[in-house]
Amino acid sequence: MTIIQRPLRACFFWLEGWLDRIFPPAWNPLYHLGTLGFFYLWVVTVSGIYVYIFFDTGTTEAYDSIEYMTYEQWYLAGIMRSLHRYASDGMVLMMGVHMLREFALDRYRGKHWFTWVTGLPVLWLVFIAGITGYWLVWDMLAQYVAQATSEWLDWLPIFGVPVVRNFLAPNLLDDRFFTLLTFIHIAVPIILLFVLWIHLQRVSRPEVNPARGLALGTLLMLVVLSLVKPAESQGPANLSQVPAELGLDWFYLFAYPIMDIWSSGALWVFLVTLSLIVAALPWLPPMRRVPVARVDLANCNGCTRCAEDCPYSAVTMQPRSDGLPFEREAVVDPALCVACGICAGACPTSTPFRRTGELVPGIDLPSRSLADLRTRIETAVADLSGDARLLVFGCDHGVDLGRQDLPGLATLKLPCVAALPPAFIDYVISRDLADGVVLAGCREGACYYRFGTEWTQERIERRRDPYLRARVPRERLCTIWAAPTDRAAAERALRAFAASLESLPPDLGRTRQRATPAKPQVEELSDHG
Amino acid sequence: MADILRYLGQAVVYGGTALLLAVFSNAPSYQHFPPDQAAVRISIIHGAQRKDKCRRLTAQEIADLPPNMRKPELCARERLPVWIEVSLDGFVVVARSLPPAGLSRDGPSRLDQRFAVAPGPHKLHLRMRDSGRAEGYDYELEREVELRPQQNLVIDFRPEQGGFILL
Repeated sequence: MTIIQRPLRACFFWLEGWLDRIFPPAWNPLYHLGTLGFFYLWVVTVSGIYVYIFFDTGTTEAYDSIEYMTYEQWYLAGIMRSLHRYASDGMVLMMGVHMLREFALDRYRGKHWFTWVTGLPVLWLVFIAGITGYWLVWDMLAQYVAQATSEWLDWLPIFGVPVVRNFLAPNLLDDRFFTLLTFIHIAVPIILLFVLWIHLQRVSRPEVNPARGLALGTLLMLVVLSLVKPAESQGPANLSQVPAELGLDWFYLFAYPIMDIWSSGALWVFLVTLSLIVAALPWLPPMRRVPVARVDLANCNGCTRCAEDCPYSAVTMQPRSDGLPFEREAVVDPALCVACGICAGACPTSTPFRRTGELVPGIDLPSRSLADLRTRIETAVADLSGDARLLVFGCDHGVDLGRQDLPGLATLKLPCVAALPPAFIDYVISRDLADGVVLAGCREGACYYRFGTEWTQERIERRRDPYLRARVPRERLCTIWAAPTDRAAAERALRAFAASLESLPPDLGRTRQRATPAKPQVEELSDHG
Repeated sequence: MADILRYLGQAVVYGGTALLLAVFSNAPSYQHFPPDQAAVRISIIHGAQRKDKCRRLTAQEIADLPPNMRKPELCARERLPVWIEVSLDGFVVVARSLPPAGLSRDGPSRLDQRFAVAPGPHKLHLRMRDSGRAEGYDYELEREVELRPQQNLVIDFRPEQGGFILL
């Protein structure tokens, strides 16, 4: 699986990097594929409601009413029809790329299985809604789609009278059939909304609306497209004729030529097998199971910070069970925890300054404990030398700055950069373990664990608990938000930071208290070299 | 200047997406059927006669039945297969035995098949056997047809209208 994922991931990093150059992170379309999918759905809904006002159900009325919209009332109903078409196509495009990106980033296993699997019925429902929409136009394309879909459905031995017999000859087609189709075309999106709600059940703080700028840009694009190339019908359906050459909507109808080449049965086997394989992906090797976060009740005071910061709602606050005089305690749901360690980074008891007894915070990762991190820090900095001794805290998914030839550099890896409690930065600087600290995480807006870079930035800027202490000189702290493909630019930023440390006045002591913290150095990088 | 370039870049991305949507929502065109051919579609759904003849119940057997289920005859559910033959210009293009549908084999037999033929005059010969007879046919139709390019000629079967009909 990784053979497919690696090149795909590299492609996404490369593309995202380019888009980062021209879009702010909140507007980068590749970081907001899910919300864009929702936005297209809202456009489809609003335009669909408007189009429905003018739509007549009937074998001849359906086509005529759509022609009226397209040519007579082109300035509104026509645009709405085109918006309906193009936004539906956009939705399929966003869904496809969204799915591909989550696969490339390996975000479909473990805790992600639920969101991944519930995405499948979303796909099927979108296609059902889209295909029934094409029937309603009742042009030559609709005729082809209706007959081919009927043949496909008739392969299942569940219909008393084959569905395709509705489309044998013009006099056999009933107006009521369009009423039924309209009902399906409206009912399926309602079911789709319900399934989308289920799809997001295990995502904390789900975003369903893109940033205003991205939404406006997308809407403007759709309107311009609708004006430049309005959606048109392909001549009225005529069941006494066979449609020969058709302009297919390949986003929705790509399977139809496959059915023509293979057969209805083969297409069923192909689609069902493909769906089953996709659904089974989360449980296929290589399996990656890491021990989930563990709460130590003796050190948990029920402050709720871990629950607030967990990107997957894996930590909940429940009534105290150990008799200690606190109202609540943190409880980890192993089925939801991805072992990102962000909870440990949020815990106020995660302080390396504690020397009385073992360093055991209220919540921690058993496989990558904070006590172990403190030991690793002390070991790593022991051999550092020079005037710019640097300690880099990297994450498993961002740029890797470990292989540098800088003499005064040590690198430690965390699952996520937000798994580092701010107290550890203070510890390194105030104890003079290094001259500077670098936090290297995923690109802004593209954190593998959703909020890692955002939470870290807010903790440094003292906008989110736990704050980085004011006494930490911000000149000695650098953040590098970069993808693995941004290595060269990240290295340049690292060297520039090292040089800036050397130029700092010698009296800028590590332990000096600072009343107003200076802005930290922030590097947002995209390397396309 | 940098801002202008960024906005231009955004316009290119939106334009590229629009182009993608515009092109693949309608193109490349797909040739579903040869434009210089006509189609003959045979679509039949017909239940053949029962496999076994109905047996008249005796008075005692009727009396033994619950009052709401009493009927004079007892009929087996299973149907015979339908044998169908379609000849076009003397060549047999379909000759099949169509089994009855359903778990109890009591449903209608079905056939839905389409083939492309050259336009022009053709002689169709349709034959069906839906009884237990060994020879001959229960329904038969011979018809001369003139087909136009892309015409969709449908062969249906309606016993209430005398058997085969052309739509």
